[in-house]
Amino acid sequence: MAFDTMMGMLGNGFVVTIELFLITLLGSLPLGVFVALGRMSSFLPLQWIMRFYISIMRGTPLMLQMFAIYFAPYYVFGIDLTPDSKWNATIVAFIINYAAYFAEIYRSGIQSIPRGQYEAADVLGYSKTQTFMKIVLPQVIKRILPAMGNEIITLVKDTSLAFAIGVAEMFSTAKALAAREANMFPYLLAGLFYWLFNMVVEVVLNRVEKKLDYYHD
Amino acid sequence: MTDSNKPLVTIENVYKSYGSNQVLHGVSLSVSPGEVVAVIGPSGGGKSTLLRCATLLERFDSGTLAYGDLDVAVDRDGTAVYGSKDVIAQAKLRFGLVFQNYNLFPHYTVLKNITDAPISVQKRNRDEVEQQARQLLSRMGLEGNEGKVPCELSGGQQQRVSIARALCMNPDILYFDEPTSALDPELTQEVLRVIRSLAESHMTMVIVTHEMTFARDVADRIVFLDGGSIVEEGPADQVINNPTQQRTREFLLRYEG
Repeated sequence: MAFDTMMGMLGNGFVVTIELFLITLLGSLPLGVFVALGRMSSFLPLQWIMRFYISIMRGTPLMLQMFAIYFAPYYVFGIDLTPDSKWNATIVAFIINYAAYFAEIYRSGIQSIPRGQYEAADVLGYSKTQTFMKIVLPQVIKRILPAMGNEIITLVKDTSLAFAIGVAEMFSTAKALAAREANMFPYLLAGLFYWLFNMVVEVVLNRVEKKLDYYHD
Repeated sequence: MTDSNKPLVTIENVYKSYGSNQVLHGVSLSVSPGEVVAVIGPSGGGKSTLLRCATLLERFDSGTLAYGDLDVAVDRDGTAVYGSKDVIAQAKLRFGLVFQNYNLFPHYTVLKNITDAPISVQKRNRDEVEQQARQLLSRMGLEGNEGKVPCELSGGQQQRVSIARALCMNPDILYFDEPTSALDPELTQEVLRVIRSLAESHMTMVIVTHEMTFARDVADRIVFLDGGSIVEEGPADQVINNPTQQRTREFLLRYEG
């Protein structure tokens, strides 16, 4: 097979990989905020639900969660699976899994803000929402950026897990190509794609980090 | 304008404990307009707790708190009952607090540290607030630092910014919680100079401090707090130079030694 044909096919898979990556971020970054707030809530039932949720999400394999979500509609509700089911299940599993990890990173960031910041804001009359949005959140973002970078880079590579359920992302494509060509070259190319993608992610993260470097505590 | 004889803040018979540890044991304090009160006493004597209760960072168990004619907490059968959210919000507009560790917002510039609350909490006009902030900065000897962030300033400069931040809210009364305890002697002097000039302009202040000479020179009245109650209270000169109570004498001796 010609090199450019192979590149074209891997490219198509890469587009699916990027889609999965972006949709997961778009869903899990905000969802994680609610999970973190629930986890830190003084309303105990909510806190315990979130603890349980985080425990399941972190304590079981993402691949297993994908399958569970894929088959749940059929086994639990008797709904027939459609060609879209695999993609939908993958998206949902990735979002709720990553939201749990992000929530814990958010929590670590929020809890690292010194009490004095809250007290200063309180005395100055800031409302709770103002205190969070104006005083706490901007400082949290700076503090959690390295940990978030780690998780986001892991997500780029984790998208390859979607191959297990039959989503035609880049890794599935590379696997199919490698089988047909009977060599490892497609895997090498896929590896390069992941690496390049992550270099872009790193550049973006470095830029944000640099932008927030105008102060330290 | 407030009635010149009426106290700006009245704290009466306040009790506060953490678990079984009683920190405030029937403390009463009222401060008149223009008065400077220094609160001295050993660590753990209840000074900080009293200030934290007065600034609503903590709530006491029983007693009353009023800012002028605004009842913030009233006593009902030996239990302090605090006013509504609205009352608390109104009370917070009447005082400012300067912390030991400044607690400036590290991600805001000096100017924004000072102007953000007046603009976003008090909903005042930005230009007017910024003009006031610049005046305050020059009064603090900090002109030209508007665009810096707190980490670019010395501790003494940060503390002066935090004083400006509190003053820009136009409080009736300004509280200081050991404002120089985190500073070396030189930086302490520059902060004390600022507080002294505020006293000269008749700013009403309550200062928790370990600087006895400063307390004697600047305060009108000194309150000696030990073991959760006021042991001695009187004109600054008298309390420092001729204390009537044995415990005050012992405390002051330790400080001179």
